[in-house]
Amino acid sequence: MVDAFFNGGGGRDMQLKDKFFEFNWGFLLLIIAIASIGIAMLYSVADGNFDPWASRQTVRFAMGLGILFVVAFIDVRIWMNLAYPAFGLTLIMLIAVEFFGVSGMGAQRWINLGFLQFQPSELVKITLILALARYFHGLTLDQVSRIRFLVAPALMMAMPFYLTLRQPDLGTAVLIAVVGITLFFMAGLAWRFFILGGVAVVGAVPIAWGTLHDYQRQRVLTFLDPERDPLGSGYHILQSKIALGSGGLFGKGFMEGTQSHLNFLPEKHTDFIFTMLAEELGLVGGLTLMGLYFMVLMFGISVGLQTRNQFGRLLAIGITVNFFLYIFINIAMVMGLVPVVGVPLPLVSYGGTAMLTLMFGFGLLMSVYIHRNQEITRNPAAFW
Amino acid sequence: MLTDGTDNVRFKTFSRRAAIIGGAQLVVFGSLASRMYYLQVLKSSEYQMLAEENRVNMRLLAPLRGEIIDRYGTVLASNRQNFRVLLVPEQTLSIDDTLTKLGRIIELSETQWKRILRDARRSPAFLPITVSENLSWQQFAQINVHEPDLPGVQPDVGETRHYPHGASLAHVVGYVAAVSENDLDDDDPLLKLPGFRIGKSGLERRLDRELRGSAGASHVEVNAYGRVIRELSKDPGTPGSKVALTLDMDIQQFATERLDGEAASAVVMDIHSGDVLACASTPAYDPNDFNVGLSHEKWQSLLDNPHHPLVNKTIAGQYPPGSTFKMVVAAAAIDSGLVEADLRIRCTGKTTLGNHDFHCWKRQGHGYVDMRRAIMHSCDTYFYEIAKRIGIDRIAAMANQFGLGDTLDFEVPGEKPGLVPTRGWKRATTGVSWQQGETLIAGIGQGYLLTTPLQLAVMTARLANGGKAVKPRLVRSVGEELRTSETPGPMNVSSEALAIARDGMNLVSNVPGGTAYGSRIREPGMSLAGKTGTAQVRRISRAERESGVLTNDEVEWRQRDHALFVAFAPVENPRYAISVVVEHGGSGSRMAAPIARDIMQLVLKRDPSGPLAHNSVSPDPTLSADLIRNVREGG
Repeated sequence: MVDAFFNGGGGRDMQLKDKFFEFNWGFLLLIIAIASIGIAMLYSVADGNFDPWASRQTVRFAMGLGILFVVAFIDVRIWMNLAYPAFGLTLIMLIAVEFFGVSGMGAQRWINLGFLQFQPSELVKITLILALARYFHGLTLDQVSRIRFLVAPALMMAMPFYLTLRQPDLGTAVLIAVVGITLFFMAGLAWRFFILGGVAVVGAVPIAWGTLHDYQRQRVLTFLDPERDPLGSGYHILQSKIALGSGGLFGKGFMEGTQSHLNFLPEKHTDFIFTMLAEELGLVGGLTLMGLYFMVLMFGISVGLQTRNQFGRLLAIGITVNFFLYIFINIAMVMGLVPVVGVPLPLVSYGGTAMLTLMFGFGLLMSVYIHRNQEITRNPAAFW
Repeated sequence: MLTDGTDNVRFKTFSRRAAIIGGAQLVVFGSLASRMYYLQVLKSSEYQMLAEENRVNMRLLAPLRGEIIDRYGTVLASNRQNFRVLLVPEQTLSIDDTLTKLGRIIELSETQWKRILRDARRSPAFLPITVSENLSWQQFAQINVHEPDLPGVQPDVGETRHYPHGASLAHVVGYVAAVSENDLDDDDPLLKLPGFRIGKSGLERRLDRELRGSAGASHVEVNAYGRVIRELSKDPGTPGSKVALTLDMDIQQFATERLDGEAASAVVMDIHSGDVLACASTPAYDPNDFNVGLSHEKWQSLLDNPHHPLVNKTIAGQYPPGSTFKMVVAAAAIDSGLVEADLRIRCTGKTTLGNHDFHCWKRQGHGYVDMRRAIMHSCDTYFYEIAKRIGIDRIAAMANQFGLGDTLDFEVPGEKPGLVPTRGWKRATTGVSWQQGETLIAGIGQGYLLTTPLQLAVMTARLANGGKAVKPRLVRSVGEELRTSETPGPMNVSSEALAIARDGMNLVSNVPGGTAYGSRIREPGMSLAGKTGTAQVRRISRAERESGVLTNDEVEWRQRDHALFVAFAPVENPRYAISVVVEHGGSGSRMAAPIARDIMQLVLKRDPSGPLAHNSVSPDPTLSADLIRNVREGG
């Protein structure tokens, strides 16, 4: 019964027991370590209290682990079959946000399902990876670089990109675009497309500038010169750099960060949590976390390289790159290298949807890993 | 076969590109790490400093302003507890509610109420705002008792400047008031403290730096909203220096009371040291009002008062010296070598120059007078004549020797120079050359001549001390530092000239017929020698002179003559000089002389060494005593 749920109707494949042995427990330890650091920081943010953040984050992480296990043990071929319907569903939700969305922080991002509030733009990154992986799985290398085969995936990418940009959620839109492009790249799209695309993007920058919202322009401008407005838009970046820089090599000590605890540091439980960590635990603490992240990334790439089906490879790389982009944008942002775009630090920042989608993604990655030896034809019959 | 050959091709491309992706991630992580290294190691100290600046807020603590005391230690300006009530908006349930309750204890006007609500809106809710200041002890105690029922109310004790002697010292000590825009070029951060007061006039202003002290500081940790988390360290600062004056408050107080009701001034000084014992100017104002904040009506009434309460008349009132100037003219005449003291001139009541008549105050004339008797009777004709003989420039030079015509580096700000005219001055300022008639007028202390009461006291002191160019001083010590007066240099004047002038003054006060004989000191062992002055402020037309000059009682106040009197005492062994000027007082002998006599009598009584026991340099007591005898016998 249980095997049937995880494997579909075939019944001739891996048993649940085998999957347990195939599960990479080292990877699990890695993400538990990262999440624990996050929970510890949330404990510090609340001046040594589990409430209100650390406790809830722990519950969510536990829920996330549950999701991870369930998703990981479901056969990768089932995920392949679900790719298009899941993508379609999240697109519909994304459109629904336009009409029924709840505004938060000046942007329309949330959908209220009654029992929980939901951010479809988080989920769409995963389902887009699924859909694109599914699509490219069916193409030969030659077909990938043919225009008529490119129209469909380009549309798949453009729709969520446009919808999130409209919300407006510049950060997520950029993430969607970069993840999508990465999948095109990994599928083997010829180099000339990237060169042409790069030239086109450079040409489009002035046009894009015109379509940006004022607050987005402000963010870009103050990013370029934060001192332009040290008490206004540049305040976040400046205070973040002060807090981070003053941490020094070994930091001020756990729960001893003056800038964060005296509230000079904004949104320290969400977007700026890395700053707080770097203030309290110093360069050593920051590099330790980055090291753990890097191990996750390397694991993700190695999963791709070990997998014997194109869908799994692309899925693994897509999820890894998505994870990487979160880390990069968040850390670069708090250090004043990229504009403040409101991207959480994965597994560490406080936030429900982000945690759950992330764990869902890791579940898929683990599913690919467990089923890495499964070969799948380019045009498989329905799996169930 | 689930896979065909195409998957191998795809996998090759995938592997290559996965390596590129992995490499790119490594590069990105490397640059993030190096950025972290740059911020946290290379720039760390800079950011640590910025973090401290963020976190640590320095709060200035106002030092206690230095006290001002008189020569015997009487407090002239001090700091008094200021009972006030503050309100912390965030601790109230409702500001209006608390204020209503508070309004039952202390009076809260509608404007106050509005200001409080406005302040509450403007500042963070945890910062206390001032509700009311300078409460009585009664009110303050009541608020303390009711504090539990008044959420958010904080009774508080601050410091405020207090002048126990009020108006009698307003012009000397001055006052403190709130810092204005103009004062902010001073870079002392204390000035930006809310509620800080600085010296705005008088010695409070001149010695502001010394009295102010230096700021203390309290380092506090604040959060991003400015709320104080805790105090890290505290430096109480240095209180301002205590300033001791040469003033004798009893004399000052007496002089003020004696002058009360008139627009008048009096200066008493030690003729040897220059110590100013009293420096009174009436009417005045209560300096305490300025500290608290003067109402517009009160300010306007001070401005409109014809007796000019805001003007320190002792240094900023400029009056023609009138006959008090005659000693200077006499000394100039003697030292010119052109005139002998024994020169006798017949006064017929007027003298003529060209087709102008110059009248003596006594219409029927004084008959034959020599120089001493000319001073004694204040004969104008005599001084017209000798002024004509010696010329204006000799008179002016002698006047300058006596400290007239220029400021005297007095410590109270606002000193006016007066005016001693010369030929050169007139040509330079009016373009017209000097007329001889103007010399005659100057000879009796009228015309262009202007002097301040302080200058007149200095003039008298220099006359009495035997020709030492003494300067007035008011500040005895600042903190531990004694401000010794420099030994005055000798004047370029002969002791004979000084002796004759002094003899003349002795006759004025101590011989029947002298213009101030009525105002002599009758107490045994005390005596003064003085000179009256009645400075004309209106022109007397020929028509009026023919029909009979109007008396001072017949003209309006502004038209009446200024009454002046200068004197030194004791006669035999002078130690003190005084000048009294009563604006539009009518007559020097009737108005100014009695005031000066009363003040001087008190000065002599308070003389620590006893009026006759003083053994400083005497001009020549025997000469004076002999002279009095001679004059009595002769006259």
